[in-house]
Amino acid sequence: MTDLTRLTAAETAAAVKDRSVSAVEVAQAHLDRIAAVDDRVHAFLHVDADGALAQAKRVDDGELTGPLAGVPLALKDILTQEGIPTTAGSKILEGWRPPYDATVTARLKAAGVVILGKTNMDEFAMGSSTEHSAYGPTHNPWDLDRIPGGSGGGSSAALASYQAPLAIGTDTGGSIRQPASVTGTVGVKPTYGGVSRYGLIAFSSSLDQAGPCARTVLDAALLHEVIAGHDARDSTSIDAPVPPVVEAALSRDVRGLRIGVVKELSGEGYEPGVQARFDEAVEVLRGLGATVTEVSCPHFVYALPAYYLIAPSEASSNLARFDSVRYGLRVGDDGERSLEEVMALTRAQGFGPEVKRRIILGTYALSSGYYDAYYGQAQKVRTLITRDFQAAWEKVDVLVAPTAPTVAFPLGAKLADPLAMYRQDVASIPANLYGGPAASFPAGLSEGLPVGLQVMAPTLRDDLLYRVGGALELALPPAVPPLAWETA
Amino acid sequence: MTTTSTVPTVPYDEALQEFEPVIGLETHVELGTASKMFCGCDTAFGAEPNTHTCPVCLGLPGALPVVNATAIESTIRIGLALHCDIASWCRFARKNYFYPDMPKNFQTSQYDEPLCTDGYLDVVVAGETVRIPIERVHLEEDTGKSLHVGGATGRIHGADHSLVDYNRAGIPLVEIVTKPVTGTGAMPAEVAKAYVAELRDVLRGLGVSDVKMEQGSLRCDVNVSLNRPGEEWGTRSETKNVNSLRSVERAVRSEVERQAHRLRNGERIVQETRHFHEDTGMSTSGRSKEEATDYRYFPEPDLVPIAPDPAWVAELKAALPEAPSVRRRKLVAELGLSDNDSAAMVNAGVLDVVLATVEAGASAAEARNWWLGHLAQKANERGTEAVELPVTPEQVARVIALVGEGTLTAGLARQVLDGVLAGEGEPDEVVAARGLAVVSDEGALTTAVDEAIAADPDAAEKVRAGKVAAAGALVGKVMKATRGQADASVVRRLVLERLGVTEG
Repeated sequence: MTDLTRLTAAETAAAVKDRSVSAVEVAQAHLDRIAAVDDRVHAFLHVDADGALAQAKRVDDGELTGPLAGVPLALKDILTQEGIPTTAGSKILEGWRPPYDATVTARLKAAGVVILGKTNMDEFAMGSSTEHSAYGPTHNPWDLDRIPGGSGGGSSAALASYQAPLAIGTDTGGSIRQPASVTGTVGVKPTYGGVSRYGLIAFSSSLDQAGPCARTVLDAALLHEVIAGHDARDSTSIDAPVPPVVEAALSRDVRGLRIGVVKELSGEGYEPGVQARFDEAVEVLRGLGATVTEVSCPHFVYALPAYYLIAPSEASSNLARFDSVRYGLRVGDDGERSLEEVMALTRAQGFGPEVKRRIILGTYALSSGYYDAYYGQAQKVRTLITRDFQAAWEKVDVLVAPTAPTVAFPLGAKLADPLAMYRQDVASIPANLYGGPAASFPAGLSEGLPVGLQVMAPTLRDDLLYRVGGALELALPPAVPPLAWETA
Repeated sequence: MTTTSTVPTVPYDEALQEFEPVIGLETHVELGTASKMFCGCDTAFGAEPNTHTCPVCLGLPGALPVVNATAIESTIRIGLALHCDIASWCRFARKNYFYPDMPKNFQTSQYDEPLCTDGYLDVVVAGETVRIPIERVHLEEDTGKSLHVGGATGRIHGADHSLVDYNRAGIPLVEIVTKPVTGTGAMPAEVAKAYVAELRDVLRGLGVSDVKMEQGSLRCDVNVSLNRPGEEWGTRSETKNVNSLRSVERAVRSEVERQAHRLRNGERIVQETRHFHEDTGMSTSGRSKEEATDYRYFPEPDLVPIAPDPAWVAELKAALPEAPSVRRRKLVAELGLSDNDSAAMVNAGVLDVVLATVEAGASAAEARNWWLGHLAQKANERGTEAVELPVTPEQVARVIALVGEGTLTAGLARQVLDGVLAGEGEPDEVVAARGLAVVSDEGALTTAVDEAIAADPDAAEKVRAGKVAAAGALVGKVMKATRGQADASVVRRLVLERLGVTEG
């Protein structure tokens, strides 16, 4: 008998559609899988078995149809889902049940996608390892002693351990792509404004972007089409047709595509094994008919410092609303303490150290007298990085680089050194500052651990990512996690 | 709350002989849009607390703002009416500070890129035109309302607990800021009041707000400083909470008197926020602004920039209504009001409402009489101004029409207006609810007349004997019995008829 958890989303949808399997059976198989392995992986913060089975039944009853109807999905816990606990990985939101659906959530529900539960993440998406979750770390299915990436480590680990064939991530500085890279999965950050942010708990509003995560390129494209498109509730949402991503994923054709290798995103700091797999993948693409040149983007080296001023600045303001007055945690309200004291105690106990670090950093960067030197200067760098991208598009169609400089590192390895953790995002941040689409695709293994190849494209050319990813997927051997721990 | 003040002062006129005043006004206007600034919630005043709210105006995690296009249009029209330049591109900004009635702990406002800049408004004070320079007009969202329960001051400090109503949170608020106004000589308080009154008339003419100061849809902060002639401007205080025209005048006046005393005695003026108290007409010291709050303004990343199309702005400009000052001049001329009449109305601040009442169908004489008569008296009783009474020119015109068609007598009309003022609804509703219409059913009146005659046979006999003047006592009885709802002339005719007398 087929193991329903090993099917791709496209296969599952087809099987549900021709009724060779019911959506309820598919949902139940995944719920069983979660029950069997998630005590070791810890991908989920909340599993909504009743909701998932009810939604699956609606698909079986023919009430909901679509290309992904009946396919299970893991939703990052930063997107609201009506009535379902939503924490953003923080103690400060413990117990909060949102009264409304994020636009992404609403579109998934309307498409008959079966939401299994909410996945673990670094608190408020601040981190690259999921170790900054207030609810404990997630473990990489390739090696349980290693990180699954972050902030969306719960989503990537759920995919790699076959707990779900689809997941939603959000990417502010790499939180979809780096977890995909270190778990051998596909993760796409669409063009900023391509997917609505309504209901996405804001970390850095000008950078945050939700996107699809999957085990195959086609599955990611199918999910992309379900969640993307204009939303009147998000002013920054782009009112333009969704790029033809499914068609691009199916074409798997890079003939004549001009690929630029970013000179500044290689060398020092990149593990030799990562660089080797990346170089080989680029050669594969050349062999498939793409032209490959090296492109210099001189301002990319300033992306990391600019990001660590812009994102914390916005975060310091976005996270101000967590004050105990209207929802979430309240500490020390004994009838004696003043409101200010209760707010301060709540925030002191409710936020973890990384979140506090960034709030302090951002508050400082926006302060009167420092604004121009920090936030203002960072915005100028952002403009220069955008110009680097625009100059590159004069010469090439897409840019490529390693997604992350390393393979999955051991849990705890970088916790004591924030800057080392920040450097995980050195290659992924430029695309966020620019706003264009970017993705990570599996590019083989280094010492038994996955390596990711990142593709970056011009705004609203998300389809180009899928052409490259599709071609690579066809040409390279699949990255299948051994899951040795399951039988050990 | 008692605010008995023993602050020593110098009399106003004396202070202004010795010092030159510099005033500045920040006016907040709640726009009359149907929905809030960034969400679809209803903006109606007076609903049950926290019923006009949604994830956006409650600042729930994940919610995002979307700009109300009508609010942008209204703000631009205000800017144009105040002769401002309209920005071709500008952004909202976040003003960051913690306060429980502000759901996001930042206010979405505008900072260094306001929508409208550099305009003016001319006002007439004591026959002289004073030009008030306008610094900026920008758009922001209102906060919720806090109610601090317990404690001595009604402020958050010392309260036992606080209640917050977010119905007002997110209502579009336009802030109109003057440049420092110098050269007001002996009349800074009068100029300040005239400016707010004129601004209110402009806003009412634009139809962008109901500009009701008593409901807080128009609120003022008043800045005042004094300096000796030839010296630099003094340190200013900012008096908040000034919520009537009378209070604007009183706030400036009391601050001039207070500051003059301090300066005369060599004391310094503290840069501070002061709270105005309507009951005493005095202000008390609030928070010191010498350690300025750092609001950490930065461009609002959740909203795209506003870039009004110049052609559209030109259309809005062309479609502006006449300025109240122009309209006023024209109507005064058209109605043939005497200079004395219009001066009396200007002084009482009722010219615009009189004209509006005329436009709503009343005669100029009737409109004038009601606003300068009964309504002025009612305002006086309430310690406010006639224009700030909760009655509209349309309602006054309706009452006048009801008198004209014989449904009401003048006395009944006064009762109807009192009902409107008491919040009992539209004039016709008050007439119906209080049963105030003139009794014109002669059958019913005849019964009352017969009863009056039976009750006072002496008077009846005198009338029969030809002493027609004695009928007055009988008419009075009938009027009393019908509680004023009868038309006295009809009653008189009936009395005489029943007694077989005809008036010669």
